Amino acid sequence: MFKYYGKTAPYLFLLPAGIVLLIFFFIPFFQTIFLSFQDYSTNIYHANFSGLQNYIEIIHNPIFYKVMWNTLLYLILAVPVLVIFPLFLAVLINQKIKGITLYKILIYLPVIVSIVVAAIAFKWLYAEQGILNYILNVFNIKSIGWLTDPKYAIYSVILVTIWKGIGYYMMIYLAALMSVPKELYEACDIDGAGFFRKHLTVTIPHIMPTIALVTTISSISAMKIFAEIYVMTKGGPLNSTKTIVYYIYEKAFENLDLGYASAMAVILLVIVMVFSLINILCFERNKYQL
Amino acid sequence: MRKLKILNQVQNDRFIKNIWIHSILILVSLLSLFPFIWLLSTSLKGAGENIFAYPPTIIPKDFTFANYVGVWHKVDLMRYFINSMIVAGGTVLLNLILSSLAGYPLARMEFKGKKIAFFAILATIMVPFQAIMLPVYLITLKLHLVDSINDTLGFIGLIMPFAVSAFGIFLMRQAFLAIPREMEEAAIIDGCNVFQVFCKVLLPMVKPSLAVLAIFTFIGSWGEFLWPSIVLTKEAMYTLPVGVNNLQGMFSSNWRFIAAGSIISTIPIIIFFLAMQKYFISGENEGAVKG
Repeated sequence: MFKYYGKTAPYLFLLPAGIVLLIFFFIPFFQTIFLSFQDYSTNIYHANFSGLQNYIEIIHNPIFYKVMWNTLLYLILAVPVLVIFPLFLAVLINQKIKGITLYKILIYLPVIVSIVVAAIAFKWLYAEQGILNYILNVFNIKSIGWLTDPKYAIYSVILVTIWKGIGYYMMIYLAALMSVPKELYEACDIDGAGFFRKHLTVTIPHIMPTIALVTTISSISAMKIFAEIYVMTKGGPLNSTKTIVYYIYEKAFENLDLGYASAMAVILLVIVMVFSLINILCFERNKYQL
Repeated sequence: MRKLKILNQVQNDRFIKNIWIHSILILVSLLSLFPFIWLLSTSLKGAGENIFAYPPTIIPKDFTFANYVGVWHKVDLMRYFINSMIVAGGTVLLNLILSSLAGYPLARMEFKGKKIAFFAILATIMVPFQAIMLPVYLITLKLHLVDSINDTLGFIGLIMPFAVSAFGIFLMRQAFLAIPREMEEAAIIDGCNVFQVFCKVLLPMVKPSLAVLAIFTFIGSWGEFLWPSIVLTKEAMYTLPVGVNNLQGMFSSNWRFIAAGSIISTIPIIIFFLAMQKYFISGENEGAVKG
């Protein structure tokens, strides 16, 4: 192959994207780290280098632990549901039965609709005299403050995230299921294996990489939750639904404590990077090979 | 006779199994739809009907479109829609241009620093926007890309942080990798330079990938809430998600209006989804849209 491009051509092609990434990604990235060592709490126009002070303040702040606890709840409640239930649905839908396209469209609909509209719709379901409390009453259970009681609010919010994610992960599984050889299922049928046996011995081992991928990406998105919280609870009541990103938002844009917010952002950065690295190194390697 | 019996048995088994599958899928579909159905129901209830009535009614007794007319007159939803179109359109256009430009040399050319460029772009995947949004905001302010200066600059500020993504660059790189090298060689022999090869020969061949990138970038940009709610200061600049969230403040407890406004705001994206459904539910573009 002869070289048909000049020395400068590759750089010219990369330049526009490079400029945008430099200004809106790389500079902000390093600035976040830089700001996390600055103290803005006394004067937002004049910062002093303060070393690890912001980080020390964070680990002495009980709200930080509340925020991390909420994120952990997201990881232990939302992630397993989003890994298992969509797989179950994908297996059901991956058959020749009538109405498949319609089911796919309906189950995927929550993914497409704006999270703001979804959050508003749920806020209405969760209203004090709303339909969910009515259903509870029918079963002789007292109404609860779905979004107003600190005991329940985080679970109500997590439910919205789960509801909105199911269709997305189902489609990822469906794509993976297409690659499972049909002969293996036929062999199972001949052996008389039932539904669960068939999928435990054939499907699950075959799509293990996809299951792992869904685990990491649903964990990463669980750590980036913001809109649901902003629309439904603003982190309340009593910080019971405050997530990492909402906390950063509040510190940066409401309290204008840029240093503290940046230190919190660095913490988010580190956690997400760990999950992303696992993702890239283990599950998406072929996509990102030079 | 006996054979027929066995066949019947098999068909019966399948029928029962299918009933199970259908009932589960219908239930899940209904749960997916229900929040919207309830919102739609509320938006169609007139002032004469108690929206908190026990037991709740799905079919409105006092059916009316008055809430839609009301919210349409009080809130400039059309303006929000146009703003969203400008932002999503601009974001899609820039992503198509910048990603295909950057994806090409990474797929086809050898040059100094290729490895660095490759891994630098890969690194951006690992860093969530939420972690760097504060400096992005400070830079956007410094560059005067905010709506308090003028609308055009405001739109540019809404678009630029999302003008290119590693996802798009890698998608286009994969597309270029799949094209046989002979295509370029033939074009070069015909006297094209590298930019002509790119525009006239290669771009038409990666149209399917460009379509995927356009559709998923559009969906992502259309639903974006965090960034516009940080930078926007003027109501006339609101995009749909920001405007819809703002309905809550405007109509505090008038849920009929909030519901009607939310439903209206959802119509464009549902039409888009139904028109483009094969891209979303064919299973070929799995993982393309961000969750």
